[in-house]
Amino acid sequence: MKNARAVLLILVSLAFAASAFAAPDDAQIEKGHKVYDKWCFPCHGTGSGKPGTDSLRARGQNPAVLEERTDLTAPMIKTFVRHGVLYMPMFRKTEISDADLDAIAAYLTRNNKP
Amino acid sequence: MRVPPGVSPRDFADAIKQWGEAVGKEWVFTSDEDVDLYRDSYSPFWHEAEEPIPSAAVAPDGVEQVQAVVKIANTYKVPLWTISTGKNLGYGGSAPLLGGSVVLDLKRMDRILEVNEKNHYALVEPGVSYFDLYRYIQEKGLKVWIDPADPGWGSLIGNAVDRGGGRTPMRDHFDAHCGMEIVLPNGEVMRTGMGALPGSKTWQQYRYGFGPYVDGMFSQSSLGVVTKMGFWLFPEPEAYFTGTVTVPKHDDLIPLVATLAYLMNSSIVLGTTSVASPLNFVRDPALAALRAKPGGASTQELGQYALEKNLGYWSIELPFYGPAKVVAAQWEYAKDRFSAIAGAKFQEGATRRFPLDPKEPVPFPGSVAMGIPNLSVFGVGGARSEGHVWFSPIIPMTGEAVLEAQQVFTDAYKEMGMAMGPLFFLGPSSNYPRCFLVLFGFPIEHDIEKNRKNRENFKRLIQVAAEHGWGEYRTHTAFMETVMNAYSYNNHALRRFHETIKDAVDPNGILSPGKCGIWPKHLRKAQA
Repeated sequence: MKNARAVLLILVSLAFAASAFAAPDDAQIEKGHKVYDKWCFPCHGTGSGKPGTDSLRARGQNPAVLEERTDLTAPMIKTFVRHGVLYMPMFRKTEISDADLDAIAAYLTRNNKP
Repeated sequence: MRVPPGVSPRDFADAIKQWGEAVGKEWVFTSDEDVDLYRDSYSPFWHEAEEPIPSAAVAPDGVEQVQAVVKIANTYKVPLWTISTGKNLGYGGSAPLLGGSVVLDLKRMDRILEVNEKNHYALVEPGVSYFDLYRYIQEKGLKVWIDPADPGWGSLIGNAVDRGGGRTPMRDHFDAHCGMEIVLPNGEVMRTGMGALPGSKTWQQYRYGFGPYVDGMFSQSSLGVVTKMGFWLFPEPEAYFTGTVTVPKHDDLIPLVATLAYLMNSSIVLGTTSVASPLNFVRDPALAALRAKPGGASTQELGQYALEKNLGYWSIELPFYGPAKVVAAQWEYAKDRFSAIAGAKFQEGATRRFPLDPKEPVPFPGSVAMGIPNLSVFGVGGARSEGHVWFSPIIPMTGEAVLEAQQVFTDAYKEMGMAMGPLFFLGPSSNYPRCFLVLFGFPIEHDIEKNRKNRENFKRLIQVAAEHGWGEYRTHTAFMETVMNAYSYNNHALRRFHETIKDAVDPNGILSPGKCGIWPKHLRKAQA
């Protein structure tokens, strides 16, 4: 049961993974980049001392840096941000608004193949 | 919709409506989906009915809105639980102590009101994080340092009022504050220190103002909502240097710490350092076998091993901040003092010059000690950790106390059937002057039985510490009652004093009920 929450999150994410892919515009991606730099990079970025990246790498994720991935979906990103996973906490709407979360999703899915 | 304890659904609906009018409907959260975001991600009550889940959250954006929210809460006697950035993970996160409380979320109040480069201070709102202030200072190229807590997303105000600590010479965060603005439980605004003087020119420069000094009553407190706070900053130093002293024998710890205390109390070493042992960093099967044998390795055996391998038994990395010439002289003086310990060895680290070259990567580890916030501490429990809470007693800054604490807590861990891994024993550290802080991480898991057992063990450790004269400096909401119970001198005279003040200042008991074991009158009997 230890990783029950993580498993649930993955299942929920997969259930939404087939949702329609609408290409976000450049402004939305740029906005997402800024929000990502503020809220996500300190844990999931490149370089030393990034516990999110370190954890994903240790658990076999390659690439471990979120910005380098092409397999993330918007529902998956939103589920992790709003529910947390392992030692990543959940984020409130006063921290990351729904609009900011949409922008983060646009940024992190920018390189996905349609 | 969830309803706070002791409040009728009708009254709560009225309060919600009025809060919406005061702060904007979009900033009053009542759906389970939104309110659940305020749960403590590191709650030791996961999947249990006792988990204190809030009923709603309200997020004002300014002191006038905070006043309005508090007045409405008073009208309907709704309990509020104040958070700033809400990232006090390990000590309660964004969740209340009393389930059903409404979270007063101050994250939107994130204005940096002043950073003064000439006299080195800042005035900020509660939603300002260490990252925020660091970025602001970097963007403007100001020659001042902040002192971040280990988690960079923490609030300067939230951390300081919870009496958190950092690593630079400004590391005692409450001690580094100067002037507060507080919304009292009746909705009135008060400024402390020189802020009480209208038009004061020295609110962030002279702490005390006139008359009794009350700032401490608003730390770890439920007497007011802090809406602004001043902090003294460290002038960007010319250099930062660390030198490590290693001593060969177990008993050398006594003079090692005595010398450290002398240097710190003489303001020659000013920063957080920790007592460490080179033995903890050796990956040698022979040492592992020695430690794994029944009863563990004896002090003599470990001492012999350290001697044979020429490792040293204890070490301390000393931080120095200031002009390069002064730093070098301080290190030379420190070496002179430590050389009184036979066999003491010294190793010099790199000298950093400031400002750092922006083309170079941020130094790591150690960036927090250079005023650069990060989040690396969250990796402390390993890649699959689900969180942690901290058991954090204060012990004297003496070698004798370190050895006693090591023995007492090792025995307690054994008695409780717990393994004390080296990674989950941090310190003893000099985050505060004249004493050591010891941190024990308790893992949080999404496993009811394990969490129950961990909670029992945590409470047992509070008791064991108290029996030896050690108390916690801060604790998770789940253990506040137990810790306050340990501060029991003269039939709990201190808590009874707090309760007298609480009843006078907050007669309806609306602010953070139960915080630090202090309950408002109407809830006191139920909790006793």
